[in-house]
Amino acid sequence: MDKRIASLANAVADIPDGATVMIGGFGGSGAPIELIHALIDRFLATGSPARLTVINNNAGNGHVGIAAMIEQGMVAKMVCSFPRSADPRVFTEKYLAGEIELELVPQGTLAERIRAGGAGIPAFYTPTGFGTDLAKGKPVAEFDGRSYVQERWLKADYALIKAEVGDHLGNLTYRMAARNFAPIMATAAARTVAQVSQVVEPGGIDPEAVVTPGIFVDAIVTVPDPAQEEDLNRANAYYPEVTA
Amino acid sequence: MTAKLSNAQIAWRAAQDIHDGAYVNLGIGFPEMVARFQPEGRQAIFHTENGILGFGEAPAPGAEDWDLINAGKKAVTIKPGTAFFHHADSFAMVRGGHLDVAILGAYQVAQNGDLANWSTGPKGVPAVGGAMDLVHGAKRVAVITDHVTKDGKPKLVEACTLPLTGVACVTRVYTSLAVVDIVDGRFVLREKLPALSLDELQSVTGAPLHLDGDLADLTCPEV
Repeated sequence: MDKRIASLANAVADIPDGATVMIGGFGGSGAPIELIHALIDRFLATGSPARLTVINNNAGNGHVGIAAMIEQGMVAKMVCSFPRSADPRVFTEKYLAGEIELELVPQGTLAERIRAGGAGIPAFYTPTGFGTDLAKGKPVAEFDGRSYVQERWLKADYALIKAEVGDHLGNLTYRMAARNFAPIMATAAARTVAQVSQVVEPGGIDPEAVVTPGIFVDAIVTVPDPAQEEDLNRANAYYPEVTA
Repeated sequence: MTAKLSNAQIAWRAAQDIHDGAYVNLGIGFPEMVARFQPEGRQAIFHTENGILGFGEAPAPGAEDWDLINAGKKAVTIKPGTAFFHHADSFAMVRGGHLDVAILGAYQVAQNGDLANWSTGPKGVPAVGGAMDLVHGAKRVAVITDHVTKDGKPKLVEACTLPLTGVACVTRVYTSLAVVDIVDGRFVLREKLPALSLDELQSVTGAPLHLDGDLADLTCPEV
């Protein structure tokens, strides 16, 4: 078995119009910028994939990564907890113009819905959001004298994540807080594509150090020196690059 | 209204109640200031929602590693004992009752402990982050805030008029004028600025302040 894919373009080639795509990252940390930009390249060349639903903690920052996907018009809906950032103009303008849908989910509920999706748990009860606008229309129940809101699992057709080291079997490690949503998103998507800074042979990762076991990963593509969204934004970068 | 505590002094006061070894989550913005005022000899372990326990202070400018940030997307550092974990584990720490205290900001706090701190109404883009999770699960949920809004309206109220973050979740409020506990659906005044009379404090508070036992002076050093 070898889950390596030769190019970023090949790694995102089969994502169809209308797909639901989980994208790892919290703000810029863990954002798989190269996979996202490969998806944008494909959209600009072919018009596909369009009308995507994107699941991420945020809704992009500046004009790279998810913000660039939104700016290019690939995204019909965002499912996120915090659609604000240092430069949220791309999402904000589309949202206020009614051109993009937003499903706002409390951050821990978002994480647990993804975890549940990956674990085969269709619904669960959480205290989060009880009595608030974000629980409107959801079933509530009392357990041991406290009230809880029923939330449903969240699954995706694809997950695009960034990891640090991957082996040929898809076992992954992460780098510091860049891990954030990636391990749970890997479990909750029908097909998970990971970009990794380094690929090693099976055995090259200490089994005790594996964070995401390869069963959750379908494809890995090597990006040896991945961009940091924060660095790109500090350089006022656009994707695709804007030429004066 | 005359003297009031500065934001730093409010943060200082809140820090005095954090015991040695406590696991603490500080909300984004003003609450982050609490970390600066840990009393000598005590060490709290700070949790950030994006997946770090026991992180250190901000690095020097230019030394940032953008894989190492806090929930406010600011660069932090690691130190001996730091742990990383994924988001579902992070919120298990939050909801599962493992944090000793969460300290948050507020637009309004009601006398029953309802908190409104995420939305000022239907305009603009709504964003909630982890606030609704944090108010359920931490053993103590404390608020630090100015006692009144910028235009002088009470932030401690009978019932919140802004969208709720959580129901009956706040247990203590540190304001620029007082320390107030929430007990059985009432505001119980614990400390007030010594120069302030009870009547003056009540006049800027939107619900009755009750006394229960000793009322202490709220005194803070210049910080």
